Amino acid sequence: MKINKLFITALTGMISTSAAFAVTDGNSGNSGHEISKVVSGLAMGSGIFIMLLLLLWLYRLSVKLRVEAKDRKSDQKRWRQQQLSALNRKDLSHVLTHKAALRKRTGNNAGIVMAIIFMSLLTAPVKAETEPVPELLVKSPGMIITVTLILLPLMIAVWYTGIKISRLIRRIQFRRIENETADLLTTADADPEFYQQLLERKASLDFKLSDEELGSTVFPADQKGLLHNIAEVDSPRFLAAKRKASVPHDLDKALVKVVLWYLVSATAWLVLGTSVGEYLGIKFVAPDADHVSWLSFGRLRPVHTNMVFWGWSSLAMLGLGYYVVPRVSNTVVFSIRLAYWSLILVNSAVLGGSLTLMAGINNGGGEYREYIWPVMALFGGGIFVTLYNYYRTIGKRTTTEIYISNWYIVAAMMFVIVIVLVGYIPQWQNGLGETIVQGYYMHQAVGMWFMLFNLGLIYYFLPQQLNTPIYSYSLGILAFWAQILFYTLIGTHHFLFSSIPWWLQTVAIVGSVGMLIPVFAGTTNFLMTMKGNFHKISRSYTLPFYLVGIIFYFTGSMQGTAEAFRETNLVWHFTDFTTAHSHITMYGIIAFMLWAFIYTLVPRLTGKEPGQHWVGAHFWLALVGLLFYTVPLMIGGTLKGMAWQSGKPFIDSVVLMAPYWLWRAIGGSLMWLSHLVFCWNMYTMTLRRSEDEIRKEVMDALGDHHIISNPV
Amino acid sequence: MDLYSNHKKLYMAALGFFLVLTLFVAIMPALSNQQMTAVLPGSRPLNNLEKEGKNIFIAEGCVACHTQQVRNLDMDKNWGSRPSIAADYAGITRTDIWRNTATLMGSERTGPDLTNVGNRQSSEDWHLLHLYNPRLVVSASVMPSYEWLFELKEYAYPEDKVLSIPGAGKEDRKVVASRQAMALVAYLQSLKQQKLPDGRAVPVFLYNEDAVKTSAATSSAKRETGLDGEALYASNCSSCHQPNGLGIPGAFPSLKGSNIVLDPDPLVQVTVIMKGYDGRAGEGYGAMPAVGTNNNLKPEEIAAIINHERSSWGNQSKQVTVEEVKMIISSLK
Repeated sequence: MKINKLFITALTGMISTSAAFAVTDGNSGNSGHEISKVVSGLAMGSGIFIMLLLLLWLYRLSVKLRVEAKDRKSDQKRWRQQQLSALNRKDLSHVLTHKAALRKRTGNNAGIVMAIIFMSLLTAPVKAETEPVPELLVKSPGMIITVTLILLPLMIAVWYTGIKISRLIRRIQFRRIENETADLLTTADADPEFYQQLLERKASLDFKLSDEELGSTVFPADQKGLLHNIAEVDSPRFLAAKRKASVPHDLDKALVKVVLWYLVSATAWLVLGTSVGEYLGIKFVAPDADHVSWLSFGRLRPVHTNMVFWGWSSLAMLGLGYYVVPRVSNTVVFSIRLAYWSLILVNSAVLGGSLTLMAGINNGGGEYREYIWPVMALFGGGIFVTLYNYYRTIGKRTTTEIYISNWYIVAAMMFVIVIVLVGYIPQWQNGLGETIVQGYYMHQAVGMWFMLFNLGLIYYFLPQQLNTPIYSYSLGILAFWAQILFYTLIGTHHFLFSSIPWWLQTVAIVGSVGMLIPVFAGTTNFLMTMKGNFHKISRSYTLPFYLVGIIFYFTGSMQGTAEAFRETNLVWHFTDFTTAHSHITMYGIIAFMLWAFIYTLVPRLTGKEPGQHWVGAHFWLALVGLLFYTVPLMIGGTLKGMAWQSGKPFIDSVVLMAPYWLWRAIGGSLMWLSHLVFCWNMYTMTLRRSEDEIRKEVMDALGDHHIISNPV
Repeated sequence: MDLYSNHKKLYMAALGFFLVLTLFVAIMPALSNQQMTAVLPGSRPLNNLEKEGKNIFIAEGCVACHTQQVRNLDMDKNWGSRPSIAADYAGITRTDIWRNTATLMGSERTGPDLTNVGNRQSSEDWHLLHLYNPRLVVSASVMPSYEWLFELKEYAYPEDKVLSIPGAGKEDRKVVASRQAMALVAYLQSLKQQKLPDGRAVPVFLYNEDAVKTSAATSSAKRETGLDGEALYASNCSSCHQPNGLGIPGAFPSLKGSNIVLDPDPLVQVTVIMKGYDGRAGEGYGAMPAVGTNNNLKPEEIAAIINHERSSWGNQSKQVTVEEVKMIISSLK
């Protein structure tokens, strides 16, 4: 009854929402009509679905009944075995103490069974009737009412039959067990061997552990200092405590320092760059927020994108790379000095680039290629220095093989230098050449630099955090070569239907579909590595970041493929859908993964952990913010594309975006807030003096003056 | 395999693979495109003022929201009479030693495409007002204001271009367009899609749903009634004359109660739409461009626009037929 009620509520809910739709869509009567059509279709579909479920249930009952009615006593020995193992201690003692009392068996239930099967056969025509109905249904309301009227009593009849059958089954079951017990008793009386078996079985079931087999009453002592993360709870908690990071490694202090410099400057660029982004989002809602040339939308937009690209993501990746590359090579980094040079070069590129962009000096419009060449040369130089450093580090590795992380990382470094060169060398940039190169440049910068580098990092950090080996090395290798093959081809899918050669557009689409291979391989690899470890997620404050990153790696990349087809590009190209996509990937994948790595690594470098509730706040603000940001933009972008297709005046497509841009600003604000929290967490993990540090200082001050004399 | 334990071999293999693909997918197509395409005959390079304007267009990052490419899609028909082709961009080369080529094709269309804006909206007054504050002329616009391209002066010199700001009092300071603003407008006015030379096949617009519809509906009358005069007005006229038909006092005349609109004989109205109009410059109104000709409006579309104007905002005048409009247009040629 409760289910029925629920169903009715759901149905009325659906109808009322459809009515609401019809009201809001007042001027287009067509869509209202279509929605009511959809709703009636849904209602009918669910009716038929329930009918089928009922029939399935009925079928299951009749099968059960047939099984119950079978004569089981054909194989005497097997039957005895079954009985023996089915009885528990209590039953056994009942049997053993029971005085034999024979009862005559009644005949079997063949008659009733036949009747039931006949009844279930009767319901079969009902099924046959429901099949052809859907075609007729949608056509006229009269038909719908008629079919509903027929269907309702039929459903009730089937349900009632089912209830009857299950009652019958229970009765038969009861009688069978009664008979079996009687048989058991007679056999036990007549057959001493079986009686003996029963006794043995009883003895083995009566066995009990003394609870002292494994140890003694001595309280355990942690003699080797191996126990960590002992959580004692004596009151209900609002926030669950997560595992603490393990004790810091004995690392080269100089390396720790340089890695922290990278991560801290990356954090600074993140906060700055997303503040700019947040302001840009506000400008969509309030275009007259300021009339200052340096802060106008067209100038700030590339400031935002380039700052989070080259400032935040790239510096964070390089810094993490300085930890991972020597570690998986089982050696120390080639040169710390070079690492600082690279840091200075990249930082000055971002600083100089942002200032020149705001001053109105840019390279001429291509996305992510807005820095003029002297600025980009600084960046390229910084990357080259680090590439050389990594390469020499790997060259003196003490392992035979090169761990897969180092494939991805070094490849990403080499490729980004090639990409920057191709993007900035003027020999092939005239006319449409610029656009062809732009397609290549902007997409390679994303996929061959950020994605490839991050994949390299996750191949180290994910197994490390889960304390389990990577699922498959081969999948990693497959993904590596497939990524190079397909990703390189797909750049021009940003210029479908433009005047670049048609064949090049087609190659890009084929490449985009080919990306399914590395994405599936990578996702499978990460999820299978996590398999069996999912319980660890709830006990960890870093693993949720990994999980979100992996999920967005799959969905974001799939979305990219979906957008690349000509038919979908028709709707989504040039709209805010692409903005949503770029945030799902650069934020959902790259930023979330980088945070995962940073929260994993920094406490191990400094021995200082962030407040777990602060990490939680960061995670949820960022995730919810991202969803608030992207989902409305995807919906709005789709509607915008459809408005263009239907030939509506352009300004209509601007007006319709207003609520979605507001949502974007709200989501963006949450994301921005999460970065402030992250910034605080970075401070806690690095500069903030922890209690341990103060204690250490006090202890050090004690010095040797207070040698406690041994009382023994 | 040795490949996986020899870092030199591994990295050289990956780099080589990537370089080969890069050559195939980026460098070679770019080079061949550069060599194979020439500028269209009859196209003229930008003059100095327009070049200066283009540099401002680049510096302000206008490309973030405005594309300059007409795709070969039916939905892009509003932005040009034909799809853009490689030759349209062939004349664009490196801006200067610091800056790369700017084809400015763009990747997002938050604002309208500008390929053909010089034809679509050639009014200098409109552009200046729009740059000073877009919401003065298009109330729903989200474009930034480019106030810093204008100067405020107590007294304007005779050679100064003074903007007539709606609602501004006589005592208010004059808004004068700087040379930069004039240059930017000159660049925008220079953006005109070139006609293809005779004999050259015009690329078609794909995904044309209209063609399917017309072949299905045989009577042309049915199509005619399907045209939405209000939407066509919004696309072609309302940026100046405003959605409420009132125009902008001092800049663009009102159509509400306008003698030309209310005239039962549509001759003048059609002529103004097809040929442009400069009759009220004395009152401070800007010249109207030949919207009908520039935007390739069909007689059916013009009739729909005229009928919308004649029946909205309190206007009540005789509706026109397509035949009438056709006759007038052919007499104009």
